Amino acid sequence: MTPTEPPLIRTEVPPARTAPRATDAGDGTAALEPAAHLAARGFGLRYGTHAALHDITFDIPEHRVTAIIGPSGCGKSTFLRAFNRMNDMIPNVSTSGELRVGSLDVTAPSTDVVSLRRRVGMVFQRPNPFPQSVFDNVAFGLRLLGLRRGPALEERVEASLRRAALWEEVKDRLDRSALQLSGGQQQRLCIARCLAVDPEVLLMDEPASALDPTSTARVEELVLELKGRYTIVVVTHNMQQAARISDRTAFLMQGRLVEVGDTRRLFTSPREKLTEDYITGRFG
Amino acid sequence: MSPARPEVSLPGLRPGVHWTRRVANRVAIGGCVLATALVVLPLALLVYRLLESGLHGLSLGFFLHMPKPVGEAGGGMANAIVGTLIVVGIGAAIAVPVGVAAGIYLAEYGRERLAGIVRYTADVLAGAPSIVVGVAVFGLLVVPMGRFSALAGGVALAVLMLPTVVRATEEVVRLVPASYRQAALALGAPSWIATLRVVLPAARAGVTTAALLAVARASGETAPLLFTALGNRFWSTHVDQPIATMPVMIFDYARSPYSDWNAQAWTGALTLLVLVTVLSALMRVATRRIR
Repeated sequence: MTPTEPPLIRTEVPPARTAPRATDAGDGTAALEPAAHLAARGFGLRYGTHAALHDITFDIPEHRVTAIIGPSGCGKSTFLRAFNRMNDMIPNVSTSGELRVGSLDVTAPSTDVVSLRRRVGMVFQRPNPFPQSVFDNVAFGLRLLGLRRGPALEERVEASLRRAALWEEVKDRLDRSALQLSGGQQQRLCIARCLAVDPEVLLMDEPASALDPTSTARVEELVLELKGRYTIVVVTHNMQQAARISDRTAFLMQGRLVEVGDTRRLFTSPREKLTEDYITGRFG
Repeated sequence: MSPARPEVSLPGLRPGVHWTRRVANRVAIGGCVLATALVVLPLALLVYRLLESGLHGLSLGFFLHMPKPVGEAGGGMANAIVGTLIVVGIGAAIAVPVGVAAGIYLAEYGRERLAGIVRYTADVLAGAPSIVVGVAVFGLLVVPMGRFSALAGGVALAVLMLPTVVRATEEVVRLVPASYRQAALALGAPSWIATLRVVLPAARAGVTTAALLAVARASGETAPLLFTALGNRFWSTHVDQPIATMPVMIFDYARSPYSDWNAQAWTGALTLLVLVTVLSALMRVATRRIR
């Protein structure tokens, strides 16, 4: 997978970035930090009267893998879902503060949720392919964009499946039901389905927690392959996984951001006592 | 040289206990078998009686010929068979789209206040006696139009089909995992697309079953048709004219004083039963294939 491949599809909204692309190669000094792609500024979220997230502020860099870790119920999934407004479906949710994807204000009432979700793809905890054929699953988003049939559609489906490292396994059974695939293959199919509409950001909510170790390893490899092209945010229960695949890690507890930083630094010399207790397994 | 088995003594377990349990078991199973037989018996008697009295009247002419005047031998129910298909077709054309749409509404937006009212209405309607529905449609459609018609008959049957279609659709759409819907929305699908392209196809087998079940039940209804489609001795395919239907024709022939009409009523009843059975069978096949 070379990063020079053209994007699969151009969305109507040109990807707006907050800052020019950063270069990894520094000029003798330290490598520049990549530009922030997603940003939270004093972000809070309530379910009715229950506050699930309090005053969260941090940046998520472009084309990096950022892991969000924390004990169950700490709000990490809620935070992730806030970036493509998946919490909208839950009644009585209200937010405060600011959340940005590039220059787009995510929570503004004027923001078009449909185009936001095309820019910010999501992979769920349990693989959830539609009960349709493998091909139709990947083609779903493209058909929404008006690409209904023909060789152009087939090419893009193939390219997406290749990017998700699934093409070789399914190329002879594109017409079969996606539900016949194994759990790991289903999850990679869901990733391919996301990639087909060429998002900028991939949100992954514990993408491997329902998978066996081999399938987990394949999904992790895939995440590392994809990060050159997409900004990836992974919520995970599994601290080893966060350490293996992420560049930056954020630790959330009881709806608050405890610490965020370079993954290796956070796991080897945490600044906060709570972080240390959590990563050494003293609780959670 | 096996070790001696330890003596087990369970307090309260008297020697005779196994025997009484065996008898209780037999009695329970026997009761269940008897109850099952009682369920099957009416259908068996029905089929037996219909075959006995109706089979000899069955011929190709019965399906192809028009009714003959009293005293003339032969004749069939061709107009009533076609009439039933038309009236039931009109009913299904109204009830299935409306019912499926309402069922989806209840399943997806079921928490709203209006949904509660719709659900309650559907339940009340399901309990309404079919003759009452017939009289209501008579007042609402036949009187203003000035005549009985196939259309009025179709509307009456649609009203009878609706509650079944609505509630069954709601149930099966509710069974579609929320994760399908979420995935579609996360891909940037508007809500209505998610429903139409993901949720509804996933529930297709169940919705088909619901629709066919309602149609099969309604195709045997007689009472509402007496006030609406009325009946017709002649060939008619006009929706604004009175039309012959099998249930009404069977009703008329069965209570007539002519023995050859009585015989035809039996044959008609047999045909109607076969028609409904074929519909049910189609429903099963359709459901299985989609799975």
